[in-house]
Order: sequence, then C-alpha cells, then structure tokens
Amino acid sequence: MSARVAVLAFPGSCDDRDALRAVALVGAEPVRVWHADDDLDGASAVIVPGGFSYGDYLRPGALAALSPAMAAVRDFAASGGPVLGICNGFQVLTEAGLLPGILRPNTHLQFRCEEVGLRVQHESAWIPGAVAGDILTIPVKHHDGCFFATADQLDALDAGSQVLLRYVQNPNGSLESIACVTNEAGNVAGLMPHPEHAVDPVLGSVDGRILLQGLIEQAAMLTLRDRSSV
Amino acid sequence: MNAVTRQPLHRSLGLTDGEHERIGELLEREPNDFELAVFSLLWSEHCAYKHSRALLAGLPTAGDRVLQGPGENAGVIDVGDGIAVALKVESHNHPSAVEPFQGAATGVGGILRDIIAMGARPIAILDSLRFGELDTERQRHLFARVVEGVGYYGNCVGVANVGGEVEFEPAYEHNCLVNAMCVGVLPAERLQKAGAAGAGNLLVLYGSKTGRDGIGGASVLASQGFEEGSEAKRPSVQIGDPFTGKKLIECTLELLDAGVIVSLQDLGAAGLASSTSEMASAGGVGLDVDLSAVPVREPGMEPFEIMISESQERMAAIVEPAAWPRVEAVCRRWDVDATVIGEVTRTGNLRAFHAGELVGDIPAAILTDEAPRYLVERTRPARLVDDPVSPGDVPKSDPSQALRALLESTAGASRAWVTRQYDQLVGSGTVVRPGGDAAVVRLTPSRRAIAISLDGNGRRTWLDPRRGGMSAVCEAARNVACTGARPAAVTNCLNFGNPERAEIGYELAEAIEGMAAACRALGLPVVSGNVSLYNEHDGRPIPPTPVVGVVGILEDAELAVRTGFCESGDVVLLAGAGDSAMDGSDYQKVILGEVAGRIPEPDLEHEHVLHEFLAAAAERGLLRSAHDVGGGGLAVAVAQSAIAGGIGVRVEEPGDLFGEGDGRVVVSARRGDVAALRGLATGIPLRRLGAVGGAEIAVGPARVPLSDALETFERALPKIMDGPA
Repeated sequence: MSARVAVLAFPGSCDDRDALRAVALVGAEPVRVWHADDDLDGASAVIVPGGFSYGDYLRPGALAALSPAMAAVRDFAASGGPVLGICNGFQVLTEAGLLPGILRPNTHLQFRCEEVGLRVQHESAWIPGAVAGDILTIPVKHHDGCFFATADQLDALDAGSQVLLRYVQNPNGSLESIACVTNEAGNVAGLMPHPEHAVDPVLGSVDGRILLQGLIEQAAMLTLRDRSSV
Repeated sequence: MNAVTRQPLHRSLGLTDGEHERIGELLEREPNDFELAVFSLLWSEHCAYKHSRALLAGLPTAGDRVLQGPGENAGVIDVGDGIAVALKVESHNHPSAVEPFQGAATGVGGILRDIIAMGARPIAILDSLRFGELDTERQRHLFARVVEGVGYYGNCVGVANVGGEVEFEPAYEHNCLVNAMCVGVLPAERLQKAGAAGAGNLLVLYGSKTGRDGIGGASVLASQGFEEGSEAKRPSVQIGDPFTGKKLIECTLELLDAGVIVSLQDLGAAGLASSTSEMASAGGVGLDVDLSAVPVREPGMEPFEIMISESQERMAAIVEPAAWPRVEAVCRRWDVDATVIGEVTRTGNLRAFHAGELVGDIPAAILTDEAPRYLVERTRPARLVDDPVSPGDVPKSDPSQALRALLESTAGASRAWVTRQYDQLVGSGTVVRPGGDAAVVRLTPSRRAIAISLDGNGRRTWLDPRRGGMSAVCEAARNVACTGARPAAVTNCLNFGNPERAEIGYELAEAIEGMAAACRALGLPVVSGNVSLYNEHDGRPIPPTPVVGVVGILEDAELAVRTGFCESGDVVLLAGAGDSAMDGSDYQKVILGEVAGRIPEPDLEHEHVLHEFLAAAAERGLLRSAHDVGGGGLAVAVAQSAIAGGIGVRVEEPGDLFGEGDGRVVVSARRGDVAALRGLATGIPLRRLGAVGGAEIAVGPARVPLSDALETFERALPKIMDGPA
C-alpha cells in the first residue's frame, strides 16, 4: 500500500514541484495541498517544502505558519502524523512552534548552494537503516539556514536525542553544526538540506531518498496502528 | 526650473529635430506632449534599435527548428518530443551601474517575463557579468551586489541559475555589463504571441500596481507643471519584487493551461506605451487604453507617467470578454491584481484615455515600424593592427609559475564564489551544474536535455571585432558541443559604445558580420537578441562585447559529457587544431601585462566538423570528459579538467601551452575506446596528449601539484571578496 503524502503549496513555494516528483519517485502517492485549504486531503504524511513562502516577508516562514493549511498540519502533527519540513518548510515549522529553535541568516550573509556532508547522530525512524556515524551527501541552498536555539533548548534536544543530523562542514554557522532536528515526540522533523534534490542518479547523489523513505514508513506504521486500534 | 527644460521639449526627451519633424509628417499634425513622450521612448535606441537594425538584418534567422525568430519577446525552437524551448538574453547594464543590486535583480525579472510571455515555464537562468579589476572597493562592491541581485531574484522565483560567465577588465570599470539569459519550456503547439486580435476583446493588465519608478528621461515632463523644487525625486532604476514575479509566473502558466489568453506581452522598457503599441502593431489592430483604470501606487499620477512607467512585475493580455471571469478568478487565487484597462479596436490606432478624455492618438504601426533607422558610419579604429605579435616577441617566464598565476588570476580562477550564491538545482533538471563549459538541463518527462552556454570575450574582440564576433559564436557553440549536445540556436546581446561614432560603428558592423558568418557556417539561426549601446564613460567606450547564448540538444540526458577527468589510465587527446596565439590571451594580460596584436581567424568549417565529432563521440559513450581550450590556453584547459575530476594528469608534448584560439577541445577516453574515437575523427586531427593519473598536473614543462592547483583555483575569488579564510 502506498502512502499518500501531502506537499503544501504556498504562494512563493519553489521546491513544491520537486517534492511532489521525489515522493512519486520513491513510490508514494503525492498530493498538492493549497495553502488556503484547511484539510490535508486524506494524506498520511506531510512535506512542508522549500522556497520563499510569501516572499519571506516579515521573516522566512512567519506568514506561512499562520495559513489554514498549517492549522491542519498542526492538528495532524498533534495526532502523531509524520511531518517533514525542508528548508523554508523547516523555517515554517519553527515559526509554527512545531519544532524548537529558529533559523537565522547564514553567518556569512550569503546564499549558499552546495553539496554538504551530514553525519547521522543515531538510529531513527526518519533515516531507516542508517547508523550513527554514517554520512549522507545532500545539497543545501538557502540564505537563512543558521540554526539557533537557547542553551536550555539545546540541552533538551540532546537529552531527547532530537538532533538527527549534523553538518560535517558547517555551511551556515548553525549552532553545534545542527542540520536536522525533530520535535520531542519524534514525528515532526525539519532540515535545511534538500533530500528531494538527492533522489535521482542522473542529477547526483541519491542519499535524500532515505529521509523520504523514513517519512513514508512512518506514515504506513501510523496507518497500521490506526487500523489495529479500530 | 533646470536648464534642460528651456530647450524644446522633444530635445529634452532625446528626440532629434529631424525625428521631431518626421513625427509631425507621419501624424499630419503636431504631437501633443503625451504623444511626444511616447514617441521618445518607442523611437529610442533601446526600443527601436535605430543604429543596429540594418546590421542585424544580416544575421541568419531561419532554420528547421525555428518556431519563432526575432521580433517577439523571445525566440523559440522545437527540440523534439513535442517540446519547444524559448530563449533570450538581455542587458541591464546601465541600471546595474547605478544600483547594482536592483539593477541586476530587475534584469533577471525582465528576462523571465520575456520567456513567460511566449507561454513558457522558465527553467534556467544564466548571467554574463563584466566589471573592472577587483582591486578597488567600488568594483568589489559592484561585483558582490550584482551577484547578490541576480541570486536574490532567481532564487526567490525558483528558477535554477545554471551558468554564465564573469570577466574583469579595467575597461569595464565605469560601465559594468550585466546580461541575463533565460530559457523556458513549453508544449510545441502552445506558442504564445504578442499580437492583439479580435475587436471587442479586452486588454487586461495584471501583476503589480503602476508607480512612478522608472520614468527616467521623460521625467522632464513632470517638472513642468510644478513649482521649482517640488518635483518628486523618483528613482529611475526600478525595484524588483520576486515574490510578485513568482506569482506572475505561476498565475500566467495557469491562465495558459486554462486556454483563456488570446495574446500575451510583458511590460518592460517604456511600460504600457511599448507593450500596447507592439501588441496593436503586431496584430494589425487598434487598442483603446483607459489610463484611469490602471491601478496605481499613488494618487495624482499624470497620464504620461502611467503610460511609460517601468514598474516591474506586470503583464498584459488580450482575453475574450466571455473568458474574463475565469481570468479574474485565476488571478485572484494567486493574489494577483487583474484589471481590464482597454479593448481591441479596428482603428489601427493606439488611443489613450484619461478621465474620459482622449490624451493621445497614434497609429500603432508608426510607433513600431516607422521608427528611424540610421546606417552607422564605419571608420577602422587606429588601434587595430594587421599582424599578430610574433612568438619571438613574447618574453619567456617560468611555465609552472605562469600556470599557477593564471589559475589564481581573476581571469582564470574558479567562479564557484559566484555560482554557489545561486540556486542551481530547483526544478530538478540540472544534470550538469555550473563550472563546466555548458550547463545541461533535462526536459522531464522526455529523455532529452538541452545544453546552454553564455559567452563573450571583450578583450579579444577589442583586437579584431570581426574575428571576435566569429569567435564568440564558435566558443559558445563549442562549449555546448563539449557536453555532447548539438548546437541548435543562438541568442545574443551586443554591448557596445556610442554607435554615432564611426569607430564604434565599425566595431558594431564588423562584429555582427563576423557573428553572421559563424552562425551560417555552423548552421545556427539567431532567434532573439538585444542591443545595448552607449556603454561609455567620459568618452571612453567599453571594448566591443558581443555576448552569445547557445542552446544545444542532447538526445539522452544520461549521455551528457562533463569537464573533469575520470580515471587513472584514461588517454588525454586534443581534438581539433585551430590556430592559437598569445594575442588577447589571458597570458598576455596576466603574465605580460599588456594586451596587443591580432587574434587568429577561426576556421569555421573546421569548427563545425569538430562539434559534429563531439556529438557523435558522446552519443556512442566514447568520451570520459571534454573541455574547451579557452582562456589560458591548453595548459589551463588540461589543469581545469584535472581539478574538476580531482585527479592528476601528465601531458608529454603539449605544443603551445598558453596561446588561445578556436577549434580545440581537450578530451579523455578509455584506452580501449581510442581507436573507435579515431574512427570518428574524420576531417579533424585527434592528437594524443598524455594520460590521466597521479597527484600532479604536468603539462609539458608546466607542473603544479594537484592539491596546490585546486587550492589556488578555488581560493582566489573568495580571498579577494571575503578575505583570508
């Protein structure tokens, strides 16, 4: 059974089409959810994609966090549904309070597009099969990707094993080279690198597939659990 | 009142007395001020190509693949599998010199809208940039801010920036060049045109509101009705809003999918004045425009201001009245303002109304077709010489040091500092990323891909404008051929000085004739282009700088060839054998410090055969790498392939190390494939140079450890721009 994956589309989303394509490539069913809609069209997983939602006005992700579609995502996440935020999507999820921390402008104040190495911190449903120390190669492309959190938040992230990936070489000044975090419950994840741009061998690395697999497998687990509890 | 307004109005607006008189003859009456303002813009060099049109007529524009040649917003070619590709390059030099960030950003915004207007989804941006040397704060600022502006707009609209070029020459210090190219895809049967049709159909303006930005020279009119000192000080450089630009792209594509658009036009230079007159003229119809219906940013805008405003992110469409509700609904869904501002008529005239009054009434064809044409005078500049610098005149320097110096120079160093500031990947099409000879972008769901290159060389063209024009076409096409693609079409941007001077007239005419000869020999139609003249400062012109964009077709994206060497033991060969010389080379500039002589004449027949060889070899999977011998000559080309592949190389008998010229490509192949490769090389020499392997780049006597070369090449621009790491 293939999972139905909602990809949100805000005005200014750029990588929504790439995410839809990548979802189909790994064998799930992609569905586009318009920002003004307040339901997720029966999806069992959600991707909040990259781009410049609402032109990054106010702050990256700040306006998108208030959209009807994000209200639906908030409910979906509260019920344990898997949500993956990529780049601008990560910014949206932090602005929505679904993930800890914030994304600041890169410390060098430049947009940066390049392949980065990501070191796996521990095993997780988000990266099925990967073990601590594995390196994934996935591109970043952003201007505001410097992860920042308070000392207390960082302690909590460590205590809860919520840091999934750290940069091998920090491209943006992120605190403790943090590249990917989850919420406390573990069902919401956000990262600045673009797994949907690392799925097709003709275009380069395919290391991004593992994160999409993780998303889909969690969706399948959830569906099974819901079924068995009925 | 300033002194400018005391002279006759038409002169303040930049029209000559002769042009003013001609307007009176054509209208059979005196134009009013509004009409004069419209004429001054439509008959400007920028809109009417007054000094270049006669010369441009010599460029070949026909070809089997051409769906749309010059004259529309962009050229369009058929690339097979039902897919068409729109392409165009345009300059934004002067705005960028005034305000580099916004100038560059709106340059990208403008070229994107040209592509959208053809009904295409933009899939790739390339930029060709020229500045002075980076040894002053001012030049570093211009360079950094232009790159930021190009990136800002392109990144935010979600169109991949896949390549281009950057050059630094003292001659561009006061006149930087910012040329932006865009390529889009559309279903071959859905080509959109600008010509209005169908009396009674509606003229719809959609996108941003209209403000007083970009009024430019015509602002002399505004000051007339005001007290001294009360004139609004408005920027003549437009401000870009990529968020609206992005919505405009998606909204337009949705409108086209819905089939509710009769014709489409973007609003660029001269705003509504130019787009409405072109729509009317191209369609052979009239247009009535109600300027009071145009949504404006501030109250009190005068009719002429609304008519010529260059506010960004606006499009105009003709729609049937019955389709208007659907158009409105799509625009509302995207939060894009859409307003009916007029209708198509049978008059053939462009009539503008404001508050119910007719403020201007001009036969549209006069504005577009009757614009004056001037034949440039040609005087050969005294600097041009007949003979190249002879090899004996070239002082010898240590080859290893020279190679290192070239890799570290602003001429030869890696451009990654620029390209890493651009989103190269959005759209999931970029098969070959920036840094090689040409980018390769696939056309999903087809297996096909296009290769794209944007190239020019002002320094070499300065030494011989005709050969420079030829060489620019050859090099851009060769870059595309290096990926295995067959070059298919050309777009060009001609950056020159003041054409009213006979020496510039000579440069312009010669360069265009050279380009035309090369295009004909290579079978390449020119499908679109742009001319930027008057690039001068204190009477000192820029070097003649034709910039050429080429799109080529690859049958299979997976067969794309890259720049870097692959594997130890692979054989390195030189394909082709054009003349090479120090004249105009990076070596002359960087090592010798003086540019002189005459560049060799490209052998156009040979060039064509070389491109065909590369395509044939790539199709059969025989090439492990291919890299054009360009700036820095053979030594630098070999070094760049080694750096890109992360593996050393040994070349025993390179011949001319640093000389430059057309017609040569460094390729590598598996040992077992060399015989098959030789079998394909009929009509061009294929000379064994050496082998891939080791930790050193050794090109004859020029030897640099690979790690040093890599560090030198990669660190050069970041060191200058960001300081020591």
